[in-house]
Amino acid sequence: MNNRNSALVSFAALAVIAVAPLLPVPARADDVPVAVAANFAGPMKEIAATFAGATGHHAVVSTGATGALAAQVANGAPFEVFLAADATTPARLEKDGLAVPGTRHAYALGRLVLWSAQEGAVDTAGAVLKSGDFAHLALANPKLAPYGAAAVETLEKLGLRTALEPRFVLGENIGQAFQFVGSGNAELGFVALSQVWRDGRFTSGSGWIVPAALHAPLQQDAVLLARGADHAAARALLEFLHGEKAQAIMRSYGYEPAVEAVGAVAR
Amino acid sequence: MGNTAPAITAHLRRTWPGFALDAALDLPGHGITALFGASGSGKTTLLRAIAGLDRRTTGRLAVGGETWQDADRGVFVPAWRRPVGFVFQDADLFGHLDVRGNLAFGARRAGIADPDRRIDEVAARLGLEALLERRPGTLSGGERRRAAIARALLVEPRLLLMDEPLTGLDDRSRHEIMPWLEQLHHETRAPILYVSHALDEVARLADHLVVLEAGTVTASGPLVETLAALDRPPGLGEEAGVVLEAVLGERDATWHLARFDFAGGRLWLPDTGRPSGAAVRARILARDVSLALSPPAASSILNVLPGVVEDVAPDTHPALALVRVRVGPSCLVARVSRRSTAQLDLVAGREVWAQVKAAALVG
Amino acid sequence: MLSHADTQALLLTLRLAAVTTAILLVLATPAAWWLARTRSRWQAPVSALVALPLVLPPTVLGFYLLVAMGPHGPVGALTTRLGLGLLPFTFGGLVVASVVYSLPFVVQPLQNAFAAVGQGQLDAAATLRAAPLDTFLNVVLPLARPGYLTAGVLGFAHTVGEFGVVLMIGGNIPGATRVASVQIYDHVEALEYAQAHGLAACLVVFSFVILLLLYGSRHVRAVRP
Repeated sequence: MNNRNSALVSFAALAVIAVAPLLPVPARADDVPVAVAANFAGPMKEIAATFAGATGHHAVVSTGATGALAAQVANGAPFEVFLAADATTPARLEKDGLAVPGTRHAYALGRLVLWSAQEGAVDTAGAVLKSGDFAHLALANPKLAPYGAAAVETLEKLGLRTALEPRFVLGENIGQAFQFVGSGNAELGFVALSQVWRDGRFTSGSGWIVPAALHAPLQQDAVLLARGADHAAARALLEFLHGEKAQAIMRSYGYEPAVEAVGAVAR
Repeated sequence: MGNTAPAITAHLRRTWPGFALDAALDLPGHGITALFGASGSGKTTLLRAIAGLDRRTTGRLAVGGETWQDADRGVFVPAWRRPVGFVFQDADLFGHLDVRGNLAFGARRAGIADPDRRIDEVAARLGLEALLERRPGTLSGGERRRAAIARALLVEPRLLLMDEPLTGLDDRSRHEIMPWLEQLHHETRAPILYVSHALDEVARLADHLVVLEAGTVTASGPLVETLAALDRPPGLGEEAGVVLEAVLGERDATWHLARFDFAGGRLWLPDTGRPSGAAVRARILARDVSLALSPPAASSILNVLPGVVEDVAPDTHPALALVRVRVGPSCLVARVSRRSTAQLDLVAGREVWAQVKAAALVG
Repeated sequence: MLSHADTQALLLTLRLAAVTTAILLVLATPAAWWLARTRSRWQAPVSALVALPLVLPPTVLGFYLLVAMGPHGPVGALTTRLGLGLLPFTFGGLVVASVVYSLPFVVQPLQNAFAAVGQGQLDAAATLRAAPLDTFLNVVLPLARPGYLTAGVLGFAHTVGEFGVVLMIGGNIPGATRVASVQIYDHVEALEYAQAHGLAACLVVFSFVILLLLYGSRHVRAVRP
């Protein structure tokens, strides 16, 4: 009896949980569905809030891996704007006719940083790489991730790649590389500055911001997708990325705003 | 053998929500003692407690002067160290072993002498020779019980516990096993505790009777006397009656009758084919005995015995009474209406004629 | 057909699955026995705990294992104190993570198998002079054999197919933690489809043969009278 009652209650609770997501969520005309590379999720949240305050339009943000988001776009996902983590993916979308030609441009430059979760472990010149007092060096898989490729390029320029390769631990993406270092399992790692930087300083640990000259620029491109071609709010969002407010937010997150903004956003 | 065999004294307690076993027993160290009672009376609980299968049993138990458990002294001999054999109601043969493997399981562990020879002997005794290589799943119900009995015997127990070994079997299987049990009765030196809710089995096999009701012992003693006792009616209801032990006398081929000579009288009963001279028991139910003050002149009833009223007690229904009649050294119990007891003035010492309408030879 | 790296990843996967399954069968036996037999009020919470690896997405589980086994985590502190060093990025670490990840797949078939062994069989063994361990080894284990087979097959297959957890704590080190699933994933991500297909085909065929042998042996046993 008791058992049956409690089972009923459990089923009722499950039913409510199951049905709740089906309740309608009202959509607004000035919503802009935007696909954002996971590494840019933090700044995008703040930018969206500022964007709403300034224009009344709402950026509805979906984050994910750049490749996964592109696959979703190719299969009919309702995104209007795409902020990728690289330059090649938006170019491919444009080539496949999924993006509006001429709207592709850089919105931010990522910075690579050699970082450790431990205070004082990394000197400001990266000399720790040569001293070699570490067991594991984490980086994103260079085959798959731009930050990983940049890290390998950097090590090659420093002439340390062969010596350090046996100590590599590879994350499938830059997020995982950060977890290896952040959890302390790898003493050192090449991560994105945006992962460890806020308001002009390291949020924790110690790091060496790798000089931009040591690797090809980590350029992140945005593009207007075909679905947003006729949506003024979507174009407004792309333009807003180059405004002062958005750029200040990016800078506080360790991105370098792409100042040489392409004027192609305008029709 | 009666002198050297161990006696069993126990006072065992076990409580469950809504049920309590609180059984005090003092049992002889030989023969078959039937633990009789309705289902739910605690028979199986008591048997399992004696085997040590329920660790939450408290109280005392000593067998043959050896303490198996004593809560006050913190003694509890675990089941696997108690020298018992246990025949479970479902046989519970090991499904992964063939019959020989099942028989050898206990025999090897009990360290009996020359186990392989003993297994063959006991298997022969219980008619299992042809089944030794079979798996339990391929045996009939009766074959499984026989294998279980053999398995329990092969640990050479000092106390054999049997939990309704005939219950749930069809008549053919029961008849197949009963002779083995009787044989066991005569051959096994270890005392046997036999749980049953079927009085015909008890009447046939038991020497002693323990009646359990709602977890307590309501009657205990030698079978014949306990069944004839009215002061502590064993709650047998329709099955109230006595058992008489006797020797078969002459057999009458014309009428297919056999003479049953018991201490104090004789009865003519339907011939079951048992030979003259066989030791047998007859069960006479109280409802099959009526009483008269004079011998009936002409009656269809074959067996009329003179006797003396010894005791009168109320029966389960207020209209009925049980009357114990002494016939020589033996007793009969008759169920009569209370009105008849008044009209016939049936009081202790009155001479009566007991008419036995039916009696069953049970062994 | 396979590159050296692919072969290495394949062999590593099989070694990981075999070691993990062996450890799991040993660890899960007492746990499943307790779960199947106890009337303790802790039975339900412990059952739920054992099933939890089913709930967490593998990468999430992997992340928490990474943290727990890291220098600041409780497991990491323990392994360091025991002189084992830190487990992430090592084969041992993968084994530990796989054991956690595949635990319910091994415990639950065993638990079911143990529960199916009736109390009557245990009681019978006790009255036949078998001590508890003797009963377990000579009655329970043989009767639970099909459960062990299922548990072994599931544990092995689940570990072979493991990806998220390995990804999180492995660090993709050739010969130590780069198992076949990660190697296949890397091939796919790098658009090296031919290598991906070759390796995946080998993994599938090899696993199929192993599972076939195991299930076949059960069938043979089942049809014997």
